[in-house]
Order: sequence, then structure tokens, then C-alpha cells
Amino acid sequence: MLPRLIPRLEKRQTPSKAMIYLSPLLAIFLTLISSVVLFLIMNVSPLEALHAFFIKPISTIYGLTELAVKATPLVLIGVALSLGFRAGVWNIGAEGQLILGGIFGGATALFFYEKTGFYIIPLILIAGVVGGMLWAGIVAFLRTKFNANEILTSLMLSYVASLLLNLLIHGPLKDPDGFNFPESRLFSDSALLPILYDGTRLHIGAIIALLAVGLGWILLSRTLLGYQIKVTGDAPAAGEYAGFSHSKIIWITLLLSGGVAGLAGAIEVSGPIGQLLPTISPGYGFTAIIVAYVGRLHPVGVLFAGLLLALTYLGGETAQISLKLPIAVTGVFQGLLLFFLLASDVLIHYRIQFGKQGAIA
Amino acid sequence: MPQSSDYLIELKGICKAFPGVLANDDIDLKIKAGEVHALLGENGAGKSTLVKMIYGILKQDAGTIHFNGDLVDIKTPAIARELGVAMVFQHFSLFDSLTVVENISLGMDHSSDLATLADQITELSKRYGLPLDPHRHVYTLSVGERQRIEIIRCLLQEPKLLIMDEPTSVLTPQEVEKLFVTLKRLSEEGMAILYISHKLDEIKALCHNATILRLGKKVGTVSVADESTQSLAAMMMGEELKELKHPEAVELGDTRLEVKDLSLPADDPLGISLRNINLQVRGGEVVGIAGVAGNGQDELLRALNGEQRTLDSIDSIELEGKAVGKLNPNSRRVNFGLASVPEKRLGHGATPDMSLVDNAFLTAYQHLKLLKNGLIDYAKTRQFAEKIIADYGVKTPNSDVPAGSLSGGNLQKFIVGRELSQNPDILVIAQPTWGVDAGAAQTIRQAIRELAAKGAAVLVISQDLDELMEITDRIGAICGGVVSEFYPTSEMSIDKVGMLMAGVSLEEGVSDVA
Amino acid sequence: MDILIAAILTIITAATPLLFAALGELVTEKSGVLNLGIEGMMIMGAIIGFFTVHQTDSAFIAIIASMIAGALTATIFAILVLKFHASQVPTGLALTIFGIGLSALIGQSMIGVAYEGIPKIAIPGLSSIPVIGDIFFNQDGLVYFSIFMVVATMWFLNKTRAGLILRAVGDSHDAAHAMGYSVIKIRFLATLFGGAMAGVGGAYLSLAYSPLWVEGMTAGRGWIALALVVFASWRVGRVLLGAYLFGGITILQLHAQALGIAVPSQIMSMLPYLATILVLVIISRDKSKIKLNSPASLGKAFHPSR
Repeated sequence: MLPRLIPRLEKRQTPSKAMIYLSPLLAIFLTLISSVVLFLIMNVSPLEALHAFFIKPISTIYGLTELAVKATPLVLIGVALSLGFRAGVWNIGAEGQLILGGIFGGATALFFYEKTGFYIIPLILIAGVVGGMLWAGIVAFLRTKFNANEILTSLMLSYVASLLLNLLIHGPLKDPDGFNFPESRLFSDSALLPILYDGTRLHIGAIIALLAVGLGWILLSRTLLGYQIKVTGDAPAAGEYAGFSHSKIIWITLLLSGGVAGLAGAIEVSGPIGQLLPTISPGYGFTAIIVAYVGRLHPVGVLFAGLLLALTYLGGETAQISLKLPIAVTGVFQGLLLFFLLASDVLIHYRIQFGKQGAIA
Repeated sequence: MPQSSDYLIELKGICKAFPGVLANDDIDLKIKAGEVHALLGENGAGKSTLVKMIYGILKQDAGTIHFNGDLVDIKTPAIARELGVAMVFQHFSLFDSLTVVENISLGMDHSSDLATLADQITELSKRYGLPLDPHRHVYTLSVGERQRIEIIRCLLQEPKLLIMDEPTSVLTPQEVEKLFVTLKRLSEEGMAILYISHKLDEIKALCHNATILRLGKKVGTVSVADESTQSLAAMMMGEELKELKHPEAVELGDTRLEVKDLSLPADDPLGISLRNINLQVRGGEVVGIAGVAGNGQDELLRALNGEQRTLDSIDSIELEGKAVGKLNPNSRRVNFGLASVPEKRLGHGATPDMSLVDNAFLTAYQHLKLLKNGLIDYAKTRQFAEKIIADYGVKTPNSDVPAGSLSGGNLQKFIVGRELSQNPDILVIAQPTWGVDAGAAQTIRQAIRELAAKGAAVLVISQDLDELMEITDRIGAICGGVVSEFYPTSEMSIDKVGMLMAGVSLEEGVSDVA
Repeated sequence: MDILIAAILTIITAATPLLFAALGELVTEKSGVLNLGIEGMMIMGAIIGFFTVHQTDSAFIAIIASMIAGALTATIFAILVLKFHASQVPTGLALTIFGIGLSALIGQSMIGVAYEGIPKIAIPGLSSIPVIGDIFFNQDGLVYFSIFMVVATMWFLNKTRAGLILRAVGDSHDAAHAMGYSVIKIRFLATLFGGAMAGVGGAYLSLAYSPLWVEGMTAGRGWIALALVVFASWRVGRVLLGAYLFGGITILQLHAQALGIAVPSQIMSMLPYLATILVLVIISRDKSKIKLNSPASLGKAFHPSR
């Protein structure tokens, strides 16, 4: 019998540990290759474009701090979403929860306009958490009480959140001296996050994000709650059998991811933005889904993935300025990366086999 | 040019390997027209793999198949059907949301319109005593009725060879008798039947010849009439089994598990509602509930374990005399020493993608104190996992492999081991030895008896009547969500339990006992 | 009266893209595949349709191109999910993110370009009947096509053998595989059909509903279409009903302003999203009903290992 030359997939007996780590690298590699093709089609020198995208933005100290600024919300939300995804709770409305956090945090900042006090910033951050939890809590309530699919409800609420922000910015939160522009007043200094490195926008949010990575790691790998989350995601019936309440896990993961997304929203408005605008996020909430996946739903992986995806935002902006490339390239990059990752993941459970079937042990 | 042959089908030197296991190693098999041929072997002996190659679902790595003397290459089930091979699977290939006639139509290669087909179904069902309404939806049918769909689907193709894969495991003894009448009639009409089973009585009752497989190899082909059940068993298992040591009779303790008038509506449209269930299990006692799968066993176990709370009547379940209807599985486990083993191993008793270490933690973390300062003590958990693996002979490379990579029987050993190792005071266990090899099955049964001897109350839910007759003190049956009266096992016969399984109450005979 | 006719006409145009996309997703889901990437496929259809109409000046070619674009986008999903065993939920999300990005990239040169909209086709005789003539017989070709597809899908799923096989695959892929049906091939085709329908739904937005190109112009309609399938309990007739109901809610904002109702436009714009949540809650409450109606294999991975 002639060996078959068409590669086939054969299931591995046990999943490959190496591939769990190699697959994201393979995905990044494949994304780079296809981006070269994309640049050639767009009639741009691939070398120049790749340089503009991935090297130039981080070749200065300032660039590196900007990377951290962009990575902060991605890592924060990515860690929190990972917990939910592990439990099989598909909160894909982090964008809406971020916006609510921004609204709550921003409203708090404006409430304390021209006041000073050490308590203002903690209050802003707490308000952000409450806003995000509120928005995610609706999703949890509808899911546990009415069995409504959380993918759809959380996403629909994202659209509602964005319209709500728009409404408020045209109404009660509008800058009274702003000539009717749809934006709030600039927050006063005591409502702005402390800067870590003078002359840059690097703020303490970055430290909060690192803290989230550490806490998320411990939570997921060593605590009973983390264990319950993993069991519920892998086999909900086994969780019920052991006595872990499915509803409780849905509530906890949604409140947690909503709260953290809200925190990220509050950090954004009181950090790099410094006021409320009709748009306070270039889709961080959605990109964080990719971050969570590329980071293997593991907090430490999320940290690296968050930096990588932040680079695509930064690179997109640099390439737009220096090469006149449309900013939409960033979205294509991000989509491609997730595609290639999902495709590469097949190698965790399968091996590519040339020739005929059956290895005899 | 076709050669003439005495045999309808002839398999020579069939080999088939899966990653890590040689499922069939040089198997020969010959069947004549009109012959009922048994394929005998334990779980995992390679029976299903062999017939899947005859039916074109799998392709052999080596070996030949001749049909009517011609060398054939059965690449797909369609080619098998074209040749005249039909198969009734152990797990039915049915579509719940479709009607009987739609289901049968999907299994036909040459489809006629549904109306004509419905008439044919009605006619066949009358001729062979297999009552079936062609326009019912499958999800409304009982397991026995579902099997009839499969059989009629096969008969419509007018096959020359009918393969039946463990057809009686889902039937009550009375239904089995009816099935055998049908099969004997088909055989008299000239149809060859390949009958896969590990139940020796059935093979004695029905088959002419038997081919015995063990661990993927052929042990031999024998004429059934010349063999005793003992000699068949010896060939099947390879060694004489040790008799179960019945521990000396123990003094029964107080009632530790009591169910009083438990009714629980199904929360799932395909589920079974439990109705007015009453039972008591005392310390030191093993009580059995027989029943065909899907009659409410899973619902009952979930209610006893607390996965399904019985809030409407919280005192319908009592552990150690206390109403526990409101308590979740955790509280029942911690406060009353309750342990349970669900029927479905992967995804209910264990989580497939997590390691054996993680799975050891699942129900043991409180009892064995595997949490230290709020963090999981993985060293201690690993020790426990490795103890289960050693004590119960779980075959696995190490304790870090995901539970889903274990074979069904090995995982069953692990789960049963996890629960029994914690020395529960009350144990509810479903299908304790399902899919487990004979030696390990004996270990598990022994462990259950020993647990009872230590004073625990044990409730065994099983469809394996031989097992229940062997290990229980009292026995009853569940049918359609209703549990029968319980009777001392020593006074029961397989037939009588069969009547209970079919929902018939035993009004005379044993009715005056306890 | 004229206002009423105008309202009904706008309901039809708002409903048609939802109808196409939901119809396609229904067929995909009936085969057991949950494709969350409708939004991505729709927007690819929207930009390719709009791009093509400018290159060729032919609405017909543009519509065909949009269907191909939707189907090609769906192919990515189908390959990842069916060949590479990727999980369906994240793959669908990736498809949406990718589609929105790629359409924005392609659409760079199309921003601000005008198009007069695809022509209305008046059916001779019938269209001159007062009132109903305008509503039913003086529509653009895609509206007629959408109604035709409703009938055709109904016929296909319930009356043909291929439709029976497709439903069977969605009910139990293991049983279908055991019977020798090619689960992967059937699901592939069903996914492509879903993509083509989403594509033409998207094209309706950019060629008829508001004939111009705006980045992200699908604005969540793909997700609403997904909810419509649940709302319809996986029945074709109810998808038609649901799409027109949502079409009605979508155009409320236009007419509220016309009627001088003083509600902020943002709140009116929220209505379709809030209505989607409301509908989901009402439909999903009865868990057992959802379980009976939804294809039993929906979203589950198929591993034909043994």
C-alpha cells in the first residue's frame, strides 16, 4: 500500500503540553507571514510596514510607556475574562462594562470637580467597579433567572452602554463651558491618576494590572474558587455533583469580569483621557477577548498577550502617521492572530500524520 | 469469477490498531446462512471493533473479508448494506427530534416516499411482533421501542446478515424473550445473525456457534451445544474467577438513608419524573435497585446526592434521620458522610480535561482536608490520587494525565476508588462495574461488601442483574420513575426481578415477605 | 394613510437584512453549527456589494459578489471549526472582529461615495392596486428574493430528503455519521449557505437601506439576527415574523422624530437592542422548550474518531 501523502490529523492520546505554549508562537509567526502578503497587496514595502508596526513604536522609552498604557486595560480585562471563559461563561460585553465603569468613574470625578482629597481617586475607581458590576450583574441575573444567553445579552448591553454614554455626554455630563461640544469638563488634578514616570502618560493603572495578573494567577491555580471555575467550565454536571453551584459561578465570574472591566474604564477616563468623551475605548473590551485566548486563558499568558495586542494598537497608529496606512489594519491583524491561534491549537490535541493510520504501541 | 462458498461471510486475519492498542489481532470468523453466531468476549475484547469493519465503519489494517465467496472491500456502511449486511447498534443511531418513519428513511439507501415507507413499517411490525407507530417522535419512545426502530430499519433492507451489538443490555428479561422469538424466526427464514454479547445464558439460549475473543485475540470458535456456560466463561475470561467472599452476616444498624414519598417532576423534557418513591437502607446493608437505563435512575441519584434539591418536600429524603431536602451535595457529604458515584463517568463523575490529581480533589477536599490556608494542597492531593491508582489498579501513565484520556473502565475504577477510599457512611452507587474488566469488577464488588460490613449503608443502582443478585441483601427495581417494593435477594430470581423492572408488582409468591 | 404606508415600507427595508441573515443562520444552526460570526459575514457582504456596484455598475453582479463574500468569510469559520476542531464560540467572535477590520480596510476608498440604491421592481398590474400595490408589489428585487428564500428554505428543510438529512445531522452527528452521512460536508455547506445569506443581508444595508458605506454599518444586526433564530424557536415562518417585528422597532426612531415625540434619539436607538434582550428573556424562560426546539448537537464539536 502506498503511503498517503496528504497529511491527516490523528488524535493524541494525551494533549501535548509543548503545543500549549508553542501554538501562540506559531500563530504569531503565521500572522506575520500573512501580514507581509497583505502589505504587498496594499503596495507597501513589507519591511517598512513591519518596522513601523512592531519596532518603531517601542524603540523609545516613551514608546514603551505608551505600550504599557495601552496594555493596562487589555491585561486587566483579559485576566478577568479568562476566569469567565474558563467557567464557560461567555461575557463578551466587557466593552459595555468598561463604558459603564467610565461613566460611573467619570461622573464621580466630575462630582468632585475642583475639590481636593486623597479619597477622590479611590472613590473614582470603586465607582468604576460598581458600574461594571452593575452592567454585568444584569447579564448574570438574566442568565440565572431566565436562562437568557449571556453572549447576546452582554453584547446588546454594550451597544446600549455606548448610546448611554453618548446621551449623557450630550446632556447632564456635558461641559457647561464647552460651546456645546459633546464632551465633559477636564477632570481636576486630584481626580487624575498619579503618573509613574514624568513626561509620559504611564500611570498607576499599570501597577493595578500587574497586581491583577498575580491575584488572577493565585486565584485560578491554587484556590477553591479557581478550582470550582475550572470544573464548572470543563464539566458543569461534575461541578453540580461535587456541590459547586452553577448559578453562583455564573454570578461570581460575571461580577468579577464586569467589575474589572469597569475598573479599566474608570482608569482610562481618569488616566490617559482625563475627561469623558463620546468614545472612551477603541474596542479594548473586544480586543481583550483575543488577549484572553492568545494568553491561553492564563493570567501570565494574558500579560504577554496584552502587551502584544497593545503593540498592534500602537503600531496601527504609527503606521497610519508614517505610511498613511488605514487604522483598520489593526483590526485585521487582531482577527488574523486569533484565527491562526485557533487553527494552531488543533496541534494540542492532534498530531499531523503523513502515511497510513495506526501506530502500534 | 465468483467462487462458490459454504459460508455467507468469511473473515481472515483481520487486524486493527488504534493509537496505543491493538484492538483486533489476526481474527478469523465464518458464518453460514441461517446461522446464529455469537461473538463472545468481555468489554474491551475487540468485539465492536470487529463488527464495525464488517459494517464499513472502520477499515481493517490487514486481513480479508469474503462475502458469498467474493473478496469484498467494505469501505462504507452503504457498501455493507448493498452487500446485504445490516446492523443494530448497542447505542442506537437515532434522531430524537425526528419521527420513526423519518429515522428509518434516513437509514435507507434507496428511499421511497415517507407514506409508502410508513405502510411498510406497519406491515413488518405486525409480521414480526414488533409494535411501532411510524409517526411518533423518537423522544417519546421507550428504549425497547427505540430498539424496534433499529431492527425494523434493518429488516426493511432484507439483509442476509444481521449484526446485533449487545441488544439485550437495555431490555427487561421479558422483552429479551420476545426479541429472541423474533430472531429465531428470522434465522429459520434463512438470515444469518451475528450476535455480540457477554451474557452466556443468552448465547446458550439462542446461538448455534460462538467465536470467543479475549484482549483482541481470537480464543476459538465452538459449537454452543457442546459447551457449558462454565466452559464458555473460562474461555472468555482466561482464568477462573475467585468466588466473592460473602462477609459474615453483620448486625444491621439503624436506618441511615430513608426516602419517603419522594416525587420530583423532570426538569428536562427528555427526563423522567420520579413518583412516590419509598426506600430505606440500614447500616450494614446493601440494597439494590435494578432497572433498564433511562427509567429515572439518574434522577434518583441526583436527588439523593443533592444535585437536584427537593425543596417542595424537604423531608422526603432523610440521612441519619434528618431531613436534607434543602442541603447541597457538599453539606450532605460533610455532615452525613454521603458519597455517590453517578452512572455517567466522564463529565459527571469526573471532569474530562482536568488531571487525575484534580479529579481526586473533586469530592475529597473537605474530608481529607486538602485545603491549607485557603489554598489547595497539591502535594497531599497527589498522594491521594496515587493511592487510588495503586489500590484500584487504575492503568495510567501517571496522575497528571487528563481523566478523559483514560479508558471507561479505568476511569470507573478511579471514581469508585475515590469515593470508597473516603470510607463513606452512606454510599449511593450507580452501575459500579460498568465497563470494568472482570478482575477489577470483583475488587469493586468486594470493596462494596466490605464497606457495608463496616456499618455503612449502601444503595446500588444497576442494570446488571447478576451483579445485584450477587452483592445485595435486598432488591427492588425502578421503572418509569416508580420504585417497586424491596424483597430479600435470597428469595428472588432473575425472572421475578425482571417483572419488577417491567413495572409488574409481585402480588403472589414473595409478596408476604418483609 | 400615506404615513402608514411609508412606515410599512420602511419596516420592510429595515427587516429584510435581518431576515436574510437570520434565515441563513437558521439553516446553519439546524445542521448543528453555531456561527457567531454573522456580523462579520454581513459587513463583508456590505462592503463587497458596495464596492462591486461601483466597479461594475450592476446591482445584480454586486449582490452575487456579496453572497460570495459572505460565503468566503464563512469558509474561514467552517475550515477552523470543522477541519481544525476549533471551538465554535471563539471562532465566531474572531470572524466578527476580522470581518469588521477587513471591511474597514477595503472600504477606505469608498467613504463618502454615493449610490442611488438598487431599483424598485414594480410588478405590472398588481403594483397599481391602491395601498397594497405599493407595499407588496413595488419593492426592490431583494425584498422579493428574501420572501422567496423564506418559502424555499421552508420547503427545503421540511419537504426534501436533503433537508431531512441536514436536520438529522443537527440532531445527532454521531448517529448521522454511523449511518454513513458525511457530517463535515453537510455542515460545511450549511455554514456556507449561512454566510451567503448574511452576505446578501449586509449588501441590502449598503445597497438599499442606506446606500453608502460607513465603517461598522451593520451595528449589531448580525447579533440581532442570531437572537431572532432563538426567538423563532428554529422555525422558518417565525423568523419572518421576528424580522418584521424587529424591523418595526428599528424604524420607530425615524418616525418618532417625524411625529415630534420628544425622546432623545439615543434612547430610541437603544430600542432594538433592549427589545432583543426582552425577547430573549421571554423565549428562554422555558428551558425545556428551548431544549426541545434547538438542534440537539448545536455548537458541539464532532470528533469522528471511532
